[in-house]
Amino acid sequence: MVVTLRARKLRRGGRIRWAMKSIFAVLSVIISLLLPSLPWARGVELLGAGATFPYPLYSKMFYEYWQLTGVKVNYQAIGSGGGIRQLVNMTVDFGGSDAFMSDEEFAKAPAKILHIPTCLGAVVLSYNLPGDPKLKFTPELVASIFLGKIARWSDEKIAKVNPEVNLPNIPIAVVHRSDGSGTTFVFTDYVSKVNPEWKSKVGRGKAVNWPVGLGAKGNPGVAGLIKQLPGAIGYIELVYALQNRMPVASIRNKKARFVQPGAASTRSAADIPLPGDTRISLTDTDAPEGYPISSFTWLLVYQEQAYKKRSMEKARELVKLLWWMTHEAQRYAGELHYGGLPEEAVEKAEKVVRSITYNGTLIHK
Amino acid sequence: MGSAQRVSAQGGEGVFQKTLLLSALAIVVLLAAIFLSLFLHSVPSLRDFGFSFLVNKTWNPVSREFGALSFLVGTLLTSCLSLIICLPFSLAISIFLGEYCIEGLLSSFLKNVTELLAGIPSVIYGFWGLFVLVPVMRKLEMKLGVAPYGVGIITASLILSVMIVPYAASIAREVISLVPSDIKEAAYSLGATKQEVITRIILPYARSGILAGILLALGRALGETMAVTMVIGNSNLLPQSIFSPGNTMASVIANEFTEATGRIYLSSLIEIGLLLFLVTTVINIIGKMIISRVSVEA
Repeated sequence: MVVTLRARKLRRGGRIRWAMKSIFAVLSVIISLLLPSLPWARGVELLGAGATFPYPLYSKMFYEYWQLTGVKVNYQAIGSGGGIRQLVNMTVDFGGSDAFMSDEEFAKAPAKILHIPTCLGAVVLSYNLPGDPKLKFTPELVASIFLGKIARWSDEKIAKVNPEVNLPNIPIAVVHRSDGSGTTFVFTDYVSKVNPEWKSKVGRGKAVNWPVGLGAKGNPGVAGLIKQLPGAIGYIELVYALQNRMPVASIRNKKARFVQPGAASTRSAADIPLPGDTRISLTDTDAPEGYPISSFTWLLVYQEQAYKKRSMEKARELVKLLWWMTHEAQRYAGELHYGGLPEEAVEKAEKVVRSITYNGTLIHK
Repeated sequence: MGSAQRVSAQGGEGVFQKTLLLSALAIVVLLAAIFLSLFLHSVPSLRDFGFSFLVNKTWNPVSREFGALSFLVGTLLTSCLSLIICLPFSLAISIFLGEYCIEGLLSSFLKNVTELLAGIPSVIYGFWGLFVLVPVMRKLEMKLGVAPYGVGIITASLILSVMIVPYAASIAREVISLVPSDIKEAAYSLGATKQEVITRIILPYARSGILAGILLALGRALGETMAVTMVIGNSNLLPQSIFSPGNTMASVIANEFTEATGRIYLSSLIEIGLLLFLVTTVINIIGKMIISRVSVEA
């Protein structure tokens, strides 16, 4: 009896040992496979984090750059706020943001941070109506709908701007982002500029106190809810709307033209005098051909690159990358429905990139 | 057996006991550390808003005025509704499996399927809710004449109730099958029907276990994030009815944490986390008290 028990125990022990051995073997195979791809096995690698909106363009650019130069750029799309936070904590080489840093945020940074515009994006209004009509909106209409003052599609204020469209008598369901986002910032920045009531009641921010509507997470969430919900209207990024073939509204700009959103009209929005540091909000632009809900997106870097024991080589590679992104790489923007930088913006970006230093000496030749 | 061997065995025993004690203590320390860090990070918001944080329904990141009332209401409403919805189903499953269908293929099949519900990742519940339940709810809401959003408090509660059924059911089934057969047989011998045995003998006997299951389910419902966020409508306004969109404490944290810039904004979100922590703890303590009182009576 005792003997058989012991034998069984031994057998079981053997089996466990065998299982442990095989698990160990599998693990070591996995680890040895992963090892070559770990960061210390490579040459120069640049690390960035920030905005999700330009992520498709950035991943295309960074892939091409890697093919071209062998320099690997690792960009984590964690959101603009996270990008700024990581740059301020000096854990990344560059940050990405859809909203330029405020003076208050500048005050928190340990050293001077530069903004380099990389492309332009637009926020569009998409909707779900029978027959997918082409709609036109005035700034007042946009504000009234998102304030909840116009509650039905058949409202005569909408009909007046869109006389050729037969609008159904169904309630308007406003859809907005539930997560804090640069997209929300650009949209609310626009509405705040064109409507004083919105400015005082709601204001602009990455997250605001919405007077009406449903929230959904991310562009896919908002787009999904719009597609599902008859009578819905929401704001999403142009790139996302075009990729998913969703109807988008044209919006009347400051020069009283109804502008259809697209890569060209987004780019045109920056055809205005720009400040030297490129920190400018392009919403409600003065440019006659410009789509009014457009914005730059920026990469953020420290002007003085010799911090936290970073090597000169790393700083030089970063400057090279920034130069390439604002010049040669601009051709990828149009392909992916982003607005490329207009000439003046490129010139301003050049000046900013040229001002980057390492221990006080300029890096760019 | 030699004395040397005995000593080494005792030494091993001591080490074993100490390891167990340390592991148990580590959990307590961890819990205290989580509470402490939540508390410390929410100090700025506690100082600025104080008690009004609990009764203010405005959540405005732009003007930096924060109150958690609508999230508190959203969380309690969805959890309680889901509990009410799930109760008859989980009770039925546990009675059926614990009393009518104790062994056999059907029993183990049902048991496994119910437990499988607990293993499905919540994002899948969320997807299912978004693509299947939401359109159904929209049709229902159109018939009822309320705003046909499809998403909202009631949809979130329905999803939650499916998610928590296995928690409530498995413990209840376990306890019901543990009811001593001599009591049941005594009741049968007095001429009680099966239904009478269940309602008069089994349920009263097993109620503390059933309550424990419900409590576990409630704890799960309070903290559920992903599935709820996907179907609740994420409106930070105080819900007007069970059909209107709302938001819960867990989902507002998940939504806004990544882009919460500014000290007071971040601190307020962390205070919501602290609040969720406290609400869960308080409900657990109340539940434990109810269970102990009930079992003393039984």
